[in-house]
Amino acid sequence: MSEYKITIGIECHVQLNTKTKLFSGVNNDAVDKEPNSCVSPIDYALPGMLPVLNKAAVEKAVRAGLAMNCKINLLSRFDRKHYYYPDLPKGYQISQLYQPIIGAGVIHLPDGSDVKIEHAHLEEDAGKLTHFGNYSTVDLNRAGTPLIEIVSMPDIHSAAQARAYCEELHRLMMYADVTNGDLYQGNMRFDVNISISNTDKLGTRAEIKNLNSFRSVERAVEYEYKRQKALLEKGERVVQETRGWNDTTGKTTSQRSKEEAQDYRYMPEPDVPPIVLEQAYVDKVAAEMPMMPADYRSKFGVLNLDDSAREAIINYPILAQRLAGVCDANVNLAPRVANWFASVLLAEENQDKDFELATAAELLELSEMVEKKELSSTAAKEVLMEMYDKKNTSKTPHQLAKEMNLLQENDENALSQIIDEVLEMPECAKAAEDVRNGEMKAIGFLVGQVMKKSKGKANPASVNELIKNKLS
Amino acid sequence: MKIADKNTKAVDLVRAALEKAKEYEDYHAFISMNEASALERAREIDAKIERGEEVGRLAGVPFALKDNYLSPEGNTTAAAKMLEDFPAPITATAVAKIEAEGAIMIGRTNLDAYAHGGSTENSYFGPTSNAYDKTRVAGGSSGGSAVAVALDIVPFALGSDTGGSIRQPASFNGVIGVKPTFGAVSRYGVVAMASSTDTMGCFAKSAEDANLVMSIMAGKDAKDSTTLDDYWTKDLADATPKKKKIGLIADFMGEGVDPEVSKAVRDYANKLKKAGYEIEEISMPILKYALAIYYIVVPAEVSSNLSRYDGIRYGHRSTEAKNLDEIYSKTRDEGFMPENKRRILIGNFVLSSGFFDAYYLKAQKARTLLINAYNEAFEKYDALLCPTAPRPAFKIGENTNDPLQMYLEDVMTVPPSLAGIPGINIPVGKSKDGLPIGAQLVGPRQSDQLLLNIAASTEDKQ
Repeated sequence: MSEYKITIGIECHVQLNTKTKLFSGVNNDAVDKEPNSCVSPIDYALPGMLPVLNKAAVEKAVRAGLAMNCKINLLSRFDRKHYYYPDLPKGYQISQLYQPIIGAGVIHLPDGSDVKIEHAHLEEDAGKLTHFGNYSTVDLNRAGTPLIEIVSMPDIHSAAQARAYCEELHRLMMYADVTNGDLYQGNMRFDVNISISNTDKLGTRAEIKNLNSFRSVERAVEYEYKRQKALLEKGERVVQETRGWNDTTGKTTSQRSKEEAQDYRYMPEPDVPPIVLEQAYVDKVAAEMPMMPADYRSKFGVLNLDDSAREAIINYPILAQRLAGVCDANVNLAPRVANWFASVLLAEENQDKDFELATAAELLELSEMVEKKELSSTAAKEVLMEMYDKKNTSKTPHQLAKEMNLLQENDENALSQIIDEVLEMPECAKAAEDVRNGEMKAIGFLVGQVMKKSKGKANPASVNELIKNKLS
Repeated sequence: MKIADKNTKAVDLVRAALEKAKEYEDYHAFISMNEASALERAREIDAKIERGEEVGRLAGVPFALKDNYLSPEGNTTAAAKMLEDFPAPITATAVAKIEAEGAIMIGRTNLDAYAHGGSTENSYFGPTSNAYDKTRVAGGSSGGSAVAVALDIVPFALGSDTGGSIRQPASFNGVIGVKPTFGAVSRYGVVAMASSTDTMGCFAKSAEDANLVMSIMAGKDAKDSTTLDDYWTKDLADATPKKKKIGLIADFMGEGVDPEVSKAVRDYANKLKKAGYEIEEISMPILKYALAIYYIVVPAEVSSNLSRYDGIRYGHRSTEAKNLDEIYSKTRDEGFMPENKRRILIGNFVLSSGFFDAYYLKAQKARTLLINAYNEAFEKYDALLCPTAPRPAFKIGENTNDPLQMYLEDVMTVPPSLAGIPGINIPVGKSKDGLPIGAQLVGPRQSDQLLLNIAASTEDKQ
């Protein structure tokens, strides 16, 4: 019997970061707000209320579609999806079943694999229920928040790839500036469809709903693979059903089988006219799109970064943008900047820094100072940290280095004088003697003493040369 | 209609209307009266007139409001137990526009609950009587508004028409009833019945009055994405027919139509001939399918639009419910009338998976054919003429146990609703029992005023 192959398709809900909701003029940002304080009569589904489409949400959807290399459908329509639940005020969700705004596309994962997008559609979010002992409360702040639901093709074949897909989607949505991307707040939620099979035919799938972290996606897939494999090996069948993920136990549990699945009684939405876009409008939005992760990956190829450093930088659009700016100005100075980002700026203790503060020109200047030996690489890192301090925004790296007294001494006369002083120090006599006798190992001690005396400002390479000359 | 000015006090107009409403209380045209605030508003208008300030085109004119329009004054009940105690926090756009011109709402009129019905018998608060015979129905669903105008309580009243709910009661009570082009008047703030055919219109005693009211109500509303740019002008004379040709729909003049009705409509056609119109008989076989299309599309939208009445946020909630499922089932069982439930069931059925294509989708395709047939007819004719209803007002209780017969009463008003085109009822005569008979004039989209213009040209000047 051959190995079981896993096949995964993922549906991802992305909350759009528009100022107002999808169909009402109410504030869409409910973070830290009183329950039911961002609710209009439309969100509350008062009798006689009619939805009015938010054009900004349409533009965000178009941007999201372009970020995933998707076809943008110039004509799309809304439909009603009916079900009863206290968090759904109208008794239906306005969604797009038949003619979604975003058509087929593909996203490229960092490992070089592709996952095709089936389509993505615009819809409204529901509210939030909180359950207490014998009652529940409803908060409609989130009801009516614009969402796009992105439906992938079943192109994913491992837990790691599933995670990588979700991470890449997150990056794309952040780059396109269509979501705040806070997974903890539920800005992106994943439904994962998993089946396994050891034949050419696909197996029966289970859907794991509402995963809200990359890690839970990966773990849930791993668990499902084991669960389904165990069933099949026992000669049992996998049931088509919806399952929930418990992050504490690390297990999925059955929620609803296909037989119990609801009939949503879809119907065209008569209150919202179709969305009709002009190609010129789509072209204009496309022209305004920033560079995407895949663009940066190919741009940074020449820098020979290791994959993890490159991806760590690309995770932050602002850092990728800065690094690209340095590349464009002088590609030779870019690897050093990339290294600073990956090893200094992205270190745990510096994550709270405002990455906007240092400009590409400033980073370029700092890298150039190291290149010209005006600054040691250790000193450069100290200057770098100062560049990310708000009080220094008006200062150039050179000014900062000078203020910090870190500029390297390259003046031969000045260096020569310091070296002479060091060579006359009694504790250096032995080392000087050794060097004279050709034991060049000892020169390190002397260089170190000079560096110390110059308070680190001396250029060690120059010092080395000068000592050699004096003692030969 | 009388507008308040230096000589005519708004307070007197409103007081007279309120007194008349009391006098005719037993017709049960109103669900609730708005006496105190109506008189207060009238006094404000009189004070403004006194000070020489602008008071609007309907200054001090009392009007009646179908009780499915939201307005903060009193409860908006939609004649349903579900909304018996529902105070609306907002004002419907149409009402706001009318009131901004100085008109004063004196009370809310009866209707079939949620506007489901053609007799006003489906009201949770009991039926309204016909203005000409108390044992007969007012028609519906806007029965209360039609009767309030017919009894001269108010010079105009607002109604809503989804499949005949203005035209048919106007016909049963002998008044002008205007169902405008879909999208002419904002639906914002009116309890939805069927979103794709709901229209907001009015009842009046003359085409001029109806035009004045409609010209104020009509226009683009940012709160209703399906509204059209304002095309309604103040002057009826702006809308004169070009072809001077009217088609008489033969399909609605023969079998199944009361001979007294067809005779009255033919007499009206002759009157139009005298007024200079050429009349031609026209056959539109597709019209016989309209009722079937209507009773698929409309219940589908009805079932969807009524989903929000779940007892969670406002309106009736069953006190018997012990869990979430029961909150839904008992609340909706208690809050809706049998006709509401019938339409919800039909709607849910035609939308359910496996049946959607066979019913809803097919009905929508047939609807397109119906629209095409109208477009073709309007290439030749300014308007089409037929009876508004197959017979005059029937007895209260006569159709209560036969919903299908009740639906058949809508056969002539439903087709224009599905096509989104305007239709008006014109009183054209009386039966030998003294019951009013109405003719329906239907025209292409946005020809509303042209229809009123034709009606005005045949009105007997008082």
